[in-house]
Amino acid sequence: MARARGKAGQGSVWAAVPGLVYLVALVLVPLIIIVIFSFLSRAKLGVGVKWEFSTQAYADLLFSESLAGGRSFDPTYLQIILNSFVFALVTAGVTLALSIPIALWIATRPAERRTALIFLVTIPFWTSLLIRTYAFVIILNDNGPINGTLGWLGLIGEPIPMLYTPFATVTGLVYTFLPFMILPIYASAERFDFRLAEAAYDLGAGKWTVLRRIVLPSIRPGVIAGMLLVFVPALGSFLAPELLGGGKTSMIANVIAAQFGASRNWPLGAALSVLLLIITMLVLVGFAVTAKRVSRTGGSNTWEAML
Amino acid sequence: MIRRARGSGEALKDFPLFGVMSAAVFGFLYLPLLFVVGYSFNENRVVTVWKGFTFDWYVDVLQNDDIQRALMNSLRVATVATALSVLFALGLAIGMLRLARAGSTLAWGLIGAPLIIPEIVFAIGTLSLFVQVRFSLGVDAITLAHTAFCIPFALLPIRARLRSVDLSVYEAAADLGANEWRIFRRITLPLLVPGIVAGALLAFIISLDDFIVSYFLAGPGGTTLPVYIFGMIRNAITPGVNALSTLLLLVSVLIVSISYVISRRKR
Amino acid sequence: MADSTAALSIRGVTKEFATPEGGVVRALDDVSLEIDEGSFTVLLGPSGCGKTTLLRSIAGLETPDAGEIRLRGERIDDEPVWKRRVNTVFQSYALFPHMTVAQNIAFGLEMDRVPKAEIAKAVESSLAMVRLEGLGGRRPSQLSGGQQQRVALARALAKKPEVLLLDEPLSALDLKLRRGMQMELKRLQRETSITFVLVTHDQEEAMAMADTVAVFDSGRIAQVGEPRDVYLRPRTRFVADFIGEANVLPATFLSDRADVDALGVLEADLLSGTEGLTSGQPGFVAMRPENILWSRDEQGQARVVDVTFVGGDLHIDVLVGEHPCAIRTSSHVAEPPRVGEALRLEFPAGSVRWVTD
Repeated sequence: MARARGKAGQGSVWAAVPGLVYLVALVLVPLIIIVIFSFLSRAKLGVGVKWEFSTQAYADLLFSESLAGGRSFDPTYLQIILNSFVFALVTAGVTLALSIPIALWIATRPAERRTALIFLVTIPFWTSLLIRTYAFVIILNDNGPINGTLGWLGLIGEPIPMLYTPFATVTGLVYTFLPFMILPIYASAERFDFRLAEAAYDLGAGKWTVLRRIVLPSIRPGVIAGMLLVFVPALGSFLAPELLGGGKTSMIANVIAAQFGASRNWPLGAALSVLLLIITMLVLVGFAVTAKRVSRTGGSNTWEAML
Repeated sequence: MIRRARGSGEALKDFPLFGVMSAAVFGFLYLPLLFVVGYSFNENRVVTVWKGFTFDWYVDVLQNDDIQRALMNSLRVATVATALSVLFALGLAIGMLRLARAGSTLAWGLIGAPLIIPEIVFAIGTLSLFVQVRFSLGVDAITLAHTAFCIPFALLPIRARLRSVDLSVYEAAADLGANEWRIFRRITLPLLVPGIVAGALLAFIISLDDFIVSYFLAGPGGTTLPVYIFGMIRNAITPGVNALSTLLLLVSVLIVSISYVISRRKR
Repeated sequence: MADSTAALSIRGVTKEFATPEGGVVRALDDVSLEIDEGSFTVLLGPSGCGKTTLLRSIAGLETPDAGEIRLRGERIDDEPVWKRRVNTVFQSYALFPHMTVAQNIAFGLEMDRVPKAEIAKAVESSLAMVRLEGLGGRRPSQLSGGQQQRVALARALAKKPEVLLLDEPLSALDLKLRRGMQMELKRLQRETSITFVLVTHDQEEAMAMADTVAVFDSGRIAQVGEPRDVYLRPRTRFVADFIGEANVLPATFLSDRADVDALGVLEADLLSGTEGLTSGQPGFVAMRPENILWSRDEQGQARVVDVTFVGGDLHIDVLVGEHPCAIRTSSHVAEPPRVGEALRLEFPAGSVRWVTD
């Protein structure tokens, strides 16, 4: 029977099916495979896994086996996870400090100029992550522009070693994720009603009081969204520690990559991946709870603002 | 009088040093890229020691057979992944409008997943999948994986556009005698064109610039441009890396600018 | 079977909506209505009363839960929107932004696979009909609100529908333009002799245009009739108050008189609308503010609380018992009443209308 439709032209749910099936096959299924792999045994040679149930991979995360067969606690991987946390946290902190002034400054420009300025902020995000990271290989080099300038000014005799240090890794991470912090804070600041600031001035507040007591509390949803958008991907970063850390400051992603590459221990790599996923989810849930407490706005607008 | 009143209002909005700090941040955002571009014209083999101006590295890079092959691989992957992801995204955008709330939360989780899952996990996950089903690594494997993470990027502008359309426009078309298919062809699709173009451009650069996933799925014959550049950085850094990077930067900036202009254009 | 003169006949139509809070709202509650061929019928009521839902159900944009809708005797409620020979002028106009004015008007005819040459002619004559000659090449965004309104009209009329549905078509226009468009709509209706069904919440607009007005009250039709008849002889307190202004007081019917709360017994000759009532029946009486005569009287039932001059009118607000009442008279009275004074109220014969809840 040809029933009259209530929602003309709004398509059918079926249109979404091919896309959803594809995403299940290429996003959900791989995640499930990783979880399965983490409970299997290491293949004797080459790539892949041996289909034999084992919790060895998870044991390897905490213990190492000596040649004699004894098990001893080995904090290597825990240390790397802790390192990753610290790197991600420092990255989020530094980007936050850099982002608040520029986000507020852009938000107080005339409307026509705001869109253009925000576009300028987003351009680097759309360029290759590899090239952006490589740029710091050049800049932080012993012969690079920073050491070159300092030497030319006579401020230093020897070049300061900057490349292949934790400092280089963090610098690369900050550079990579800066737009992710600026945009949500800007989105909050743009919505801020500056008549509130005027009211505060009228009641006798000075610039810094207005900033601290009126403006900053109102952009908190943006700050929380920004922390999330920086912290989570920074935690799983691969390129910055790989190219700038020089193997001395590995993060989780580098260890995972190594297990699927040279070390050839796929179950261990899978177990680390599962761990990284769990940490990511916990962080997301934590932020979601915080964000819900603070406000309903934030994260989702960021993508829309960027596009 | 009026001007002064306005001036003082604007001054109240400004905070000391914020302008200077903003300029510094913009410098931080763009100087590194400018260094990459600048050193691509360096005559010296040692990138950071300036010797003289030359275009030789560009000639060198463009004549290199391996680079040409990598470029072709990159273009093939990006083109096919873009086409596929836009088709999937178009279906998702339209289908999701009517999905019940519970279903839509799950579906959005799935669509957003490639943005949230650490890229390394996505890379080794798809690697494990392809190895498990004995799908050979290479250009096709990369294309399939890229399609998945390009979907959210293609979807967002299409969806934004779709949601900006007044629903009564579809009702009017139905009221004037158009059935569902004709509404789609005559109303929905033409209205979505700017969103589709913007989404396609974004998907294209996201695919073109991807390194990590391509690196794990490349296999012997699937080296893409970023994977090739990574190898160059690992082996010997010459201004050739900068020349190649500059070209890739140029393409990205060009495409994102076009996408920006299209999505901002008044309808 | 349906009345042979009815263009539209609506029988027992019911429609419920789920609210976001999980409740259910009955937008239409067993609504029946006959709309005459060639009439200009206005569905009138406050927002949320169901009038728009009924219009959308006729168009096919909503599916009623129960009841039937017939167009010239044929059931149409199972037909999809695009097959119904009715067309709609939307409140937001819903012009296709990516098409020119001419393409917008041609769209409906293209859907009917009308030959190109005929479409071109029809577009020209439609543009002429709404006085937009020469604007066919413009985009909707290049037109004023009033012009967009005319395009929406031309687009719907180009298909020569059996019934034209208009959903609050004038609400987006400013007051001056609205008056002009009211006349314009009446002219178009006369010239095309197409049945017009228009939804509005503006009772003045309804009075100005309608042959027949149907007043909606929370999902039901409270009264149908000619505008003058509905104004003079409201049946419910809602209609009395919504069309024009009315003072409504609770009352009890006593054989042929009415015992009105705080006002006393009103004699039979003052009352109207009491036919068929039984003695002892409770209800209400409604009095128009301009139909109340007042005089100073220490023993009067009304006490003045406010007096304002509005142009040539004198507005007197009084309390009858605890019920507020409004009185309108000419401001040319020798000595207007003062706040706190007591007034005696009297009513011309037949001016007190018995209404139900």
